[in-house]
Amino acid sequence: MKENRTLIEFRNFDFWYSEKQVLFDVNMKICPDCITALIGPSGCGKSTLIRCINRMNDLISCTRMKGRLLYKNKDINQKHIGVVELRKNIGMVFQKPNPFPMSIFENVAYGLKVQNIKSRSKIKETVEKSLKKADLWDEVKDNLNLSAFSLSGGQQQRLCIARALAIRPDVILLDEPCSALDPIATAKIEYLLKKLKKETTIIIVTHNMQQAKRISDNTCYLLNGKVIEYSKTDDIFHKPKYALTKKYLNGDFG
Amino acid sequence: MVSITALMILIGIFFFLFATGIQAFAEISLHDFFLKATWNPAAYTEPAWGILALITGTLMVTFGALIISVPLGIASAIYLAEICAPKPREIIKPLIEMIAGIPSVVLGLIGILLLSPLVAGIFNLSNGLNALTSSIIVGIMVLPTIITISEDVLTSLPKEFREASLALGATRWQMIKMTLIPAASSGILAAVMLGLGRAVGETMAVLMVAGNSLAMPTSFFDPVRPMTASIAIEIKEVVKGSLHYEALFAVGLVLFIITFAVNFISDMIIEKRTRQYKW
Repeated sequence: MKENRTLIEFRNFDFWYSEKQVLFDVNMKICPDCITALIGPSGCGKSTLIRCINRMNDLISCTRMKGRLLYKNKDINQKHIGVVELRKNIGMVFQKPNPFPMSIFENVAYGLKVQNIKSRSKIKETVEKSLKKADLWDEVKDNLNLSAFSLSGGQQQRLCIARALAIRPDVILLDEPCSALDPIATAKIEYLLKKLKKETTIIIVTHNMQQAKRISDNTCYLLNGKVIEYSKTDDIFHKPKYALTKKYLNGDFG
Repeated sequence: MVSITALMILIGIFFFLFATGIQAFAEISLHDFFLKATWNPAAYTEPAWGILALITGTLMVTFGALIISVPLGIASAIYLAEICAPKPREIIKPLIEMIAGIPSVVLGLIGILLLSPLVAGIFNLSNGLNALTSSIIVGIMVLPTIITISEDVLTSLPKEFREASLALGATRWQMIKMTLIPAASSGILAAVMLGLGRAVGETMAVLMVAGNSLAMPTSFFDPVRPMTASIAIEIKEVVKGSLHYEALFAVGLVLFIITFAVNFISDMIIEKRTRQYKW
């Protein structure tokens, strides 16, 4: 890794769901303003890993962890770090588009209302800016009061990205954002992510190796909860260091 | 088959009420029936057939009951669905459902023996059999309906809503207030409407604690005589086929139409909302 700057760092990180250990001694540094892709077969722990970063696993009882997970050099699992504050800085987009049962406008404005921003003009301005950033504005500008469910799957996912962008997070985590979408909608989102990385660090879980290859700067290959290989995307796809990585990339298993 | 039977029974009840009740209007004008406050069918010289005081009694008890049970019920549902740990919930929920199983006579007795002296004492009244006491008793009867249905609606919301909200930096309370309650609002409304239907139709407990005075009530401390209580009290004294008998059926018809309208309107609201925001 040539990048020296680090935004998020896993140090000897282990994670358990009750008695089942799903992450083993993860050591990984994620640099700012780039796209980091997590790849690996189903059940290898990539979703668990990404959900540790904004502490979404707090919602599940009986989880346990060991080791450290640093964001801007602070351990996010320490008591005095507010989880609400953390999630304002680290946004998330989920596998299945999950807009709220509200209008398009209200969906994007949600994060602002959570932060108690009351000014109508400020909210309007931010909603417009976020929808533009998510390449959705032209498609919905005349229908902002329609239900978010009237949009197509790909539009809904971009709406979720706009919703996450509205609170100007440092990092956006995407957990297989395209797995429920068709190739055209997927291409739009990939294009969007490449554009967004200039201002926001992006970490994306994907089961689609070609997607990782197309959009990411760094790629991490996970297998059975262990980081097998983590380096520049070009390196990992063209000259993988480990036999296991090579086999996975060739499609021998996974 | 069963549903056709149910439908037939419903239509049968309606026609039975309608056929008997409508005959009353041959002698009582609609204006006198709905807009006069004096109900005195047994008077020797000039019987009066105005049900306005009865309707007012029903409305006061119903809305009084809802004012008590809706905030309490929704708050309990939110607590059970979102805040309470699973273990205590498994104990509390069946307990609440058991309230629904208490016979209304028993609740009426509790109202007479415990609640009405208490109400009389607190507000310094000569007796506590009035609209307030009946509202409290009916409110208690309606609570389990509102709590269990609202709780079911809240727990059946997709977990994606919770995740999406928390991932945007919402606190748990913000998640409940800004996402879950709006998303569950049509279901919660259905719960309230069902409770309303139950409150309108409640007879026994109300009859025991409402005081049953025929005078037009002016405050919650006045005794009232809701429509249900009137029918139950008077039907055993009337001659079958007399005008009084028919008038009581007309009152029953009005009750039936009120509950039917409440259900119909709530169905429409729910239908409209679910069509707009289907997930």
